[in-house]
Order: sequence, then structure tokens, then C-alpha cells
Amino acid sequence: MKLHQLTIHQLHALLVKKEVTSKEATETLYRRIRETDGRIRAYLLLTEEEAFRQADQVDRKIAKGEEIGDLSGIPLGLKDILCTKGIQTTCASKILEGYVPFYDATVIGELKKKDAVFLGKLNMDEFAMGSSTENSGFQITHNPWDLERIPGGSSGGSAAAVAADECIAALGTDTGGSIRQPAACCGVVGLKPTYGRVSRYGLVAFASSLDQIGPITKDVEDCAILMNAISGYDPRDSTSVKEEVPDYKQSLKKDVNGIRIGIPKEYFIEGIDPEVEKAVRDAIDFFRKWGAEIQEISLPHTEYAVAIYYIIATAEASSNLARYDGVKYGFRSKGYRDLMEMYTQTRARGFGKEVKRRIILGTYVLSAGYYDAYYRKASQVRTLMRKDFDEAFQRVDVIVSPTAPTPAFRIGEKTEDPLQMYLSDIHTIPVNLAGIPAISIPCGFSRQGLPIGLQLMGKHFDEGMLLRVAYTFEQNTDFHLRKPKLT
Amino acid sequence: MDRGVGRMKMDIEKVARLARLELSEEEKVTFGSQLEQILTYMEQLNRLDTSGLEPTSHAIPVNNVFREDEVKPSFPQEEVLAIAPDEEDGHFKVPRIIE
Repeated sequence: MKLHQLTIHQLHALLVKKEVTSKEATETLYRRIRETDGRIRAYLLLTEEEAFRQADQVDRKIAKGEEIGDLSGIPLGLKDILCTKGIQTTCASKILEGYVPFYDATVIGELKKKDAVFLGKLNMDEFAMGSSTENSGFQITHNPWDLERIPGGSSGGSAAAVAADECIAALGTDTGGSIRQPAACCGVVGLKPTYGRVSRYGLVAFASSLDQIGPITKDVEDCAILMNAISGYDPRDSTSVKEEVPDYKQSLKKDVNGIRIGIPKEYFIEGIDPEVEKAVRDAIDFFRKWGAEIQEISLPHTEYAVAIYYIIATAEASSNLARYDGVKYGFRSKGYRDLMEMYTQTRARGFGKEVKRRIILGTYVLSAGYYDAYYRKASQVRTLMRKDFDEAFQRVDVIVSPTAPTPAFRIGEKTEDPLQMYLSDIHTIPVNLAGIPAISIPCGFSRQGLPIGLQLMGKHFDEGMLLRVAYTFEQNTDFHLRKPKLT
Repeated sequence: MDRGVGRMKMDIEKVARLARLELSEEEKVTFGSQLEQILTYMEQLNRLDTSGLEPTSHAIPVNNVFREDEVKPSFPQEEVLAIAPDEEDGHFKVPRIIE
């Protein structure tokens, strides 16, 4: 196996045994990026100088015989929505072009304390609004399994980079499926933690009641390692929760005997690709064979999820994105005659199409006379949706479904039809509305060789259960070991 | 006061003004029809009787978080202003507002 193909835990073992240095690993990754990223286009920015400085620091510690942690010297990629001190952070938006934060997001600070190496910033849909990474203001990222297809979104750069071995692992963010759906499209592992599990400080806000940061990795063990590093209460994010963080590595057990797994009938609807359904049904059979107790369950308000989400998320976005006015940072348009024109022109030229569409929609549903009909109504139905999960989790420990209704679609296929694009999030959105954790793991391939993702949903703060069930499946299958042929 | 979702046609110019967005004629037309379609899709929420239901604004209940009222350092003014599009004498600079 080549260095860039390693997982976090494999590379860590080699670093500890002094068989390889962090510098060598970092060099190998940059070589890989130079070879393949011209076709994938996952990276918006490479931070080589900083990366080698971090790598050298770790290598010196190892040479001195110091003990190192799981993430020391491990080259990671970062979704460009996370503020990195002294390093441009754009959210893939022209309105933030040239923005260099003077502070680190809390998760970045935590990873720095653990001596991780950051290779660069990864592409995404502008302000995380999208399911294909086609809404990036800068470039289109291609799926490593089929360059004509989308890598998923919005964390498409992160998932594509992990799948193409252009980083050892990455961080993404998930508001309606933006970690899990790209992980499924690219055949890697992605976990959206419970709302409040990971600090959002320094995460550029899209929809504040839904956003969470989480890992995108090559296997479940790496996912546990990154969760250990980024989880926990942060006084700088008042929505982060003071709930004890377990050692997630302790959850990596190959045992699902007696675990109650629910199959929501509303998730196996018309429109699901038959190959996706078959792969997920096979996974369910696997769990039954391994002693899990399989039950059909009902989440009756699932059909309303997309409608609720695109009211609540756009409402929150229209408010959050009001801060981009050309005054304090980022882009300011030229040629305005007065302050109002400075605002409207800066925003017209700085934001891309999808962001404008969502700002308009969000402004409308919050505007005088419509608030009750849309925002309040959606928030009430959100209560029903949350209750669906509360009731289901009295009977089961984990809920299993496809991550996305189809494998990765073609670039350009849905760009002219936003509603069709929104409907591709039907399986992932309910999780964010209910604030529960969910993981996507590879569970098969289509005849065309495209990866298929299995989604496991859990109770609030029960990421450990998800990791255990996911690990049992992964360690007894080989889907996660297959690599795209990029040569 | 439930008017029912989507019954009124969107006045896109008014909404754009509220959002401080300048839209091209083409954007007004395409967004107008796309948003009409999306709002029609959202009408399905009217099928549900939600009277008396508490709205959920956060999935995990959040309460006021209090802390001691201590003076702590802010970000240095020079660093903050260094990334501003325009600044003068320690302030963000914008076009004249009052004639």
C-alpha cells in the first residue's frame, strides 16, 4: 500500500514505529494532489509551507522519543467553510474571496493542539448550499469514481479528496446531508454528529439550528479518532452541549447481537434506485444474520421533510448572510453611487445563483404577513418530525436507510431544476431537523461501479452506537477497501 | 392567522429589495418561476393540522447561557480593520449616509 492510501490509524502506527516521517507522508500527499487533482479539482487552496512546518514539528517530537497522539503528523484536508487563522477562507464564494480570518475555528484549534497537519482548503457548494458542489463560485469538483459525475455536496471537495487519496481524512459540515451524501457518492465514511456535540465557533454559518461539523474518512476507526478530537462543549458556542464525551474508539466492537435496528418504511419510496435499495436490503440481511433484531418502523412525517427544511434553512440563511454587505470584510463592489447601491451591488456580484435564490426564498418566508404561514408552520411540523424519531427510538437503537436515493448523478443533470436537486436530500434532511447523529458508510456498488451509501441514524449523543454498528458491517465487508481507478 | 402556504404570488422585486439584492431581469424571471414551483411544493404542509403545536426552533433544547460579566480582551482593532474593504481612523468607511 502506498503512503497516501493509508488511513489515520495505519499512518499513525508507521509514525510511531519510525518507519516513516510526517514530512514524507506530507510530501507523498502533495505529490498525489499534483498528479490527480487536475482531474478531481477538490482543493481550492494548498498550504504547503504551513503543512511542512507542522510536519517537521511532529517529526522532531518523534525523534526526541516523545509520545504522540492519534492525529499527530497526519495530513488532513479542511472544508473551506472553517475559519483558519492567517489562511484564506472563502466558503467557495466570491463574496469572501481574499478573506483571511484572524482566528481559528474551535475545531481547528483542537486539531492543532493534537499536531495534525493541514494540507489545504477544500471545495464545496457556495456557503454549503447544494448537493453536488456545482454551486461553488470557483470550480466544479469531479467524482473520483466517474469524472463525469458529481461528488455530492456540499462537502464534495472533502469527500472527493478522501476517496482520491488526496488527504488521509477531512472535515466537512452537514446542514441537510452535506457530509453524508457526498460520503455516499464517493464511497467513504461520513458522520454528522448530534447537534451541539461539536462547537460551531468559526464555522461560517448557513442555518445555525442545523449546521454541524463532522469527519469524512476512509474507515470507521478514523471517524472515531476524529470525533474524539473535535467533540465537546465550547463556551464560545452557546449551543454546544455540556454532555460528557466518551472515548469513541471504545465503540469499535464487532458485535451487533441483540441491537434493535429499525427500518423506516417511508424511506423506501418510489424513486429509489433499485440497485440502491438492493444494497441496503443486503446490509439489513447482514445485520439480521449477525444477531440484530430487525423491526419495521414508521416515521410518518418524512414526506414533509424537504418542505420544512427549505423553509427553515433558507430563513436562517437569509438572516445569517445579511452580514455580507461589503463593509467589514470580503468583497466590495465598485461603481456604486450610494450606500444602498454598495450593498445591493456587492451582494449581486458576490453571491452566486443558488445563494441568491435561497436568500430570496428565506426573506420571503420571514417577511411580514407570511411568517406564520411558512416559518411558524414549518417549525410546528418540525416538532412532529422530532416526535416521530422520539417514538421510534423507544423501540429501536438504530435506524437504517439509504443515504441518498440514487448513486452520484451526472454533472449538469439537475442544475436547472432546483426542486429536483432539493429532493435528492430526502433521506438526510430529517436527521438535521431532529438534531440526531447519523453516519454514512459504503454498502455496495452499482453495476456502473458507483458507490452506494448506507445511513445509520441514532439517538441524541449516541454516536458510539452508530460507530459500533458501522464498524461491525465494515469489518465484515470490503466495500471500504475498493479504490477508484485514477491511476 | 394562518393564511395557508403559497396562496399569494411572490412580489420578487419587493423581496429582493428587502434582501438588499440587485437582480437582473433574467434572474427575476427564472427565480420567479422556480420559486413559485418550490412554494407550491411547500403547500403540502397545509395538509397537516398544527393548531396548538409548539414550534421547534432547536432540536436540542437551548436555554439562556449566562456567564460572569468580566472584561476580556477583544480582537485587536488593527487586525480587524486590516481585512476591511475600506477604513479610516480606526473605523469602517462607507459612502456618505447623511447629506
